[in-house]
Amino acid sequence: MDLSTTETQGMLRETLARFLADNYSFDARQKMIASPEGRDPGIWRALSSELGLTCAPFAEDLGGMGGGSIENLIMMEEFGKVIAIEPWVQTVVAGGGALVAAGGPLAEATIPAIIAGDCVIAFAYAEPQGRYNLADIGTTAKADGAGYVLNGHKGVVYAAPWATHLLVTARTGGGRREREGVELFLIDAKAKGISRRDYPTVDGFRASEVYFENVAIPGEALLSGGIDLIERVVDECTVAVCAEATGISRAMLAQTVEYTGQRKQFGVPIGKFQVLQHRMADMLVEAEQIASMALMGTLRLDAEKDARKAAVSMVKAKVAKSIRFIGQSAVQTHGGIGITMELAIGHYFKRATMIEGQFGSADYHLERFEALTYAA
Amino acid sequence: MNLDFSAEDLAFRDEVRDFIAENYPAQLRGKQDEGDELTKEDFLSWHKVLAKKGWVAPAWPVEYGGTGWTSTQRYIWSEETARTDCIRLMPFGLAMVGPVIYTFGTPEQKAKFLPRILSGEDWWCQGYSEPGAGSDLASLRTKAVHDGDDYLVTGQKTWTTMAQHADWGFFLVRTDNDAKMQEGISFLLIDMKSPGIEVRPIITLGGEHEVNEVWLDNVRVPISNRVYEENKGWTCAKFLLAHERVGIAGVASSKRGVEKLKAVAATEMEGDRSLLANPFFRRKVAELEIDLAALEYTELRTLAAMAGGKNPGPESSVLKIKGSEIQQRLTELTLEMAGHYGAPYYRGFGEGDNEHPIGQEWANRAAPTYFNARKTTIYGGSNEIQRNVIAKMVLGL
Repeated sequence: MDLSTTETQGMLRETLARFLADNYSFDARQKMIASPEGRDPGIWRALSSELGLTCAPFAEDLGGMGGGSIENLIMMEEFGKVIAIEPWVQTVVAGGGALVAAGGPLAEATIPAIIAGDCVIAFAYAEPQGRYNLADIGTTAKADGAGYVLNGHKGVVYAAPWATHLLVTARTGGGRREREGVELFLIDAKAKGISRRDYPTVDGFRASEVYFENVAIPGEALLSGGIDLIERVVDECTVAVCAEATGISRAMLAQTVEYTGQRKQFGVPIGKFQVLQHRMADMLVEAEQIASMALMGTLRLDAEKDARKAAVSMVKAKVAKSIRFIGQSAVQTHGGIGITMELAIGHYFKRATMIEGQFGSADYHLERFEALTYAA
Repeated sequence: MNLDFSAEDLAFRDEVRDFIAENYPAQLRGKQDEGDELTKEDFLSWHKVLAKKGWVAPAWPVEYGGTGWTSTQRYIWSEETARTDCIRLMPFGLAMVGPVIYTFGTPEQKAKFLPRILSGEDWWCQGYSEPGAGSDLASLRTKAVHDGDDYLVTGQKTWTTMAQHADWGFFLVRTDNDAKMQEGISFLLIDMKSPGIEVRPIITLGGEHEVNEVWLDNVRVPISNRVYEENKGWTCAKFLLAHERVGIAGVASSKRGVEKLKAVAATEMEGDRSLLANPFFRRKVAELEIDLAALEYTELRTLAAMAGGKNPGPESSVLKIKGSEIQQRLTELTLEMAGHYGAPYYRGFGEGDNEHPIGQEWANRAAPTYFNARKTTIYGGSNEIQRNVIAKMVLGL
């Protein structure tokens, strides 16, 4: 067992942290969100082609640095500290992860484009009726000659307005909610027959409802692996947002401690009150649990399928609960100023809240964990 | 002692039901159904219907315009208005400054202000908190100095709810810098159109404009607009806070909230089963409903004691703590229920998109409502302060 990071991993964290400190102040973030596109594409350009960070989690023969999920963990923690709205989970973790797992010519062609910053991916896996069940899919991919024809509606697709490609789950056979017949495709986001309704999300991203109407896609768009591959990709995304939660939690705790040191009531800084000290101590306890679980999940991503799923569900169930406590405690300790748009803390709280449900709620993951590990 | 309604109570309930069915403003109902933002006129439309009927201030003594209802009738009234989704009337005049004026005010103040609170002619706001005086309200620094028959008031208030609509505000100001903190405070009624007042919006996490900063620069206020004695305003402030805490529990509206939650959860499908059939989710709803029942009967006991002539005391802190926690829990469960569709930010939908929710309307409102509800454990005296009140005033610690 070895929980230490390598020198290269340390440098990766330092490079990103320094870049974000210079370019991702709270004010800068709010300006990006308020801009027509809802982001600053120059940031993604810098992360990829200038700083070369997008190559970190990919193998060397694909043009990467030879890293993997630990590199994603490091990146996501740092993004969390500044509540970055970059499409890392969607592009690198989901898109990159799916391509690496599936291999083949599409992977060989696309991964260098991800590394270069030319390819931004959105992960279209959810459907309005499906809640968190990845197999509850009405979108169809019907074989047509050498290719497929897509029809259906994908919901709340984060980063879709920015994407060059869509990673789409669709049904090639089987009935709704059957595991058989669900497949994963990587397609051109501008393909004929795709329409979108774009909107901002409460946590500062842009997302879309994506509609497919007789969208013809080539046979090579299929990333073979079925529902097992999709579950693996979603597990990787789940752990990634839990790593983001680590960064968010630590930032919220630091901001709360700082605020209680400055804010005076009854003649003393409110941080002198034991009831608030204990609450902040509990926040630290929970933030450490989040960090531990994100690490555990990362290290279990390559475990055998059911062991991986059980581990990731433990992670998400715990993180969802802990980050709710941290977010609510941070806001409560700040008082009224904590629920205004003015201060950063409220924006951290909003992103923290959305992480609770992203890629499966605590209830969903508790149920999956129990089903996998407790014999009936 | 029993829980049954008498024949008279049941007749009263029917009368209330008929009245609401026949008189609730149709335009307001339509806007509520659509989830539209409510304007000042919307809020006042229901207020004015009730004022005309004489039912706008059930808690007031009859001599000042109250209804003379029994506590059971008042319970029925709050149940029925919540059950039928009537909007809550703005509390600042009716539930806050009104009782202060009829309890502590001069005959002239009563004659001038009470009828206009009842009619809805004056919209009131509350100038209590300051940037440096939140939980420690008595450290407030907005000062009022004598100038002939007037005070000149200078300072800054914050978290002033709906001040953007207000005609009048009740303000706590410092009139004696040398006295011990609570003893140098006075309670002033200030015309919000006075020169020197500036109202600046504060936007909260769900994107709402509910609260404001109020800046006062040498605002001239007649001394005759001071309620109660100079430097004794803290007596009014405490009286008002205790009243505010009782109303803040929101039992009837939380009961309606639980009913709505259950109704949606029964239709929101998760594969073959509804969310209400999901044992994890239904357990949480059940626990909430049980907590709410405990709060309801705690409130009924408090109201019964008040009907017996007792002013609400520190026990009202119990209602504030549990009521606010239950309101928040309701929004947590609603957001959980929304799943992925809690993420779309409806205030950011494109021009012309506003009438068309992404997914379902209630789901789009879930996150902003959840964020907004964090205020309930902060305002009206934060829940930390309520626990201090219980520890000191009830437990004698």
